Amino acid sequence: MPVVSRGFQGRRRQPGAGLVPPGQYIVDDFPVLTAGPTPDVSLDDWDLTVVDDTGDALARWGWEEFLALPAEDITVDIHCVTKWSKLGTRWRGVSVDTILDGVDTAAEYVVAFCEGGYTTNLPLADVLDGQAWVAYGFEGEDLEPEHGGPARLLVPHLYFWKSAKWVRGLRLGDQDEPGFWESVGYHNYGDPWREQRYWGD
Amino acid sequence: MRWLVATVAETVPETARAVTLRLDVPDWPGHRPGQHVDVRLTADDGYQAQRSYSIASPPESDRLELTVERIDDGEVSPYLTTVADVGDQFELRGPIGGWFVWDAGDDAPVLLVGGGSGVVPLRAMLQHHAGSGSAAAMHLVQSARTLGDVIYRRELEALVGPRRAVTVTLTRESPPDWGGHRGRVDAGLLAEQGWPPAAQPHCYVCGPTGFVETVADALVELGHAPGRIRTERFGPTGG
Repeated sequence: MPVVSRGFQGRRRQPGAGLVPPGQYIVDDFPVLTAGPTPDVSLDDWDLTVVDDTGDALARWGWEEFLALPAEDITVDIHCVTKWSKLGTRWRGVSVDTILDGVDTAAEYVVAFCEGGYTTNLPLADVLDGQAWVAYGFEGEDLEPEHGGPARLLVPHLYFWKSAKWVRGLRLGDQDEPGFWESVGYHNYGDPWREQRYWGD
Repeated sequence: MRWLVATVAETVPETARAVTLRLDVPDWPGHRPGQHVDVRLTADDGYQAQRSYSIASPPESDRLELTVERIDDGEVSPYLTTVADVGDQFELRGPIGGWFVWDAGDDAPVLLVGGGSGVVPLRAMLQHHAGSGSAAAMHLVQSARTLGDVIYRRELEALVGPRRAVTVTLTRESPPDWGGHRGRVDAGLLAEQGWPPAAQPHCYVCGPTGFVETVADALVELGHAPGRIRTERFGPTGG
């Protein structure tokens, strides 16, 4: 039994409160959380690559080439491990199914790597079948740098740190390698509905 | 990670909006300066709310301390700042986070830059610097709107000494006889109070998003490697 905090009432039922995972609350704004400075990304130098675990490129797109890929409009709820959830966010981006279409791999895991060295790890199965995108539009606008623009990974069924900002590629491999936050105390998988926030959850 | 019961041992008003809660937490496993905890409040009908708060106390403190700033339309901070009193209990778990932390054994110079209640985890670092006898040099630049909004003012002033400096800048209004800085933290102030990039300092920046964006960008502009700049951001969202 959790201890009762004397005199605590709480804000109670927010509209939509039943739609969020345990321990989350709903926000209307879009908080920014990042481990360091926001990188200044030049679109001329930008590319997105898919590499195997030896670093060999399996696929590569420059910015214009990437924009030419079939895009999807996605409306999803997002859940940050710092407790906020945002409902009905609208994104535009390329499905990871499209990105990996034509890539022949037996890999079981993927590491998303980013401008500035940030990484996050996921089972490959979690980014396939319409579950993940590389998104470059948010609410009808270009994705802003502080929210991960020009492009970020979007994996809305996991805590939002898995939706890596400033993504530059996907590395496919047989080994599960903990990424940046996963190496400093945060859960390796991060299912918000099972409240997998930290190591040992 | 397990939930622990925290009992309020003492409340210390810091400013009109911020309160430090000194807590007894049996079985607290210890922490590093800069880490945070999750706090969970439970109402008598079982309703719960969770939020994260930076740890204000250094590892060597006899009690775990949280300094909480009241967000008027928040859910947890109004309780912690205006209702919670000595003897009251809530749950917390932690310590959380292994990135925004400082290691006293690291001799590299340290620049701490805090905006508003962003000074809270930096206070744990500065106190740990004093408590550990670290050989590193550590400078804190603290930004607040007015003199009355400066959290830990007297206490941090008293920590100034060999290898420790504290600079306060007031952004909105300042007394006519104010001897500190005025205006927002900018590249000029950071260059003056910090170290040249060649000294490879660690920079820790904590505060509201706009503050952190501005300060982190200015540090990059001054030539500091992005990988040496660690940030922690919070908004007034929902606290």
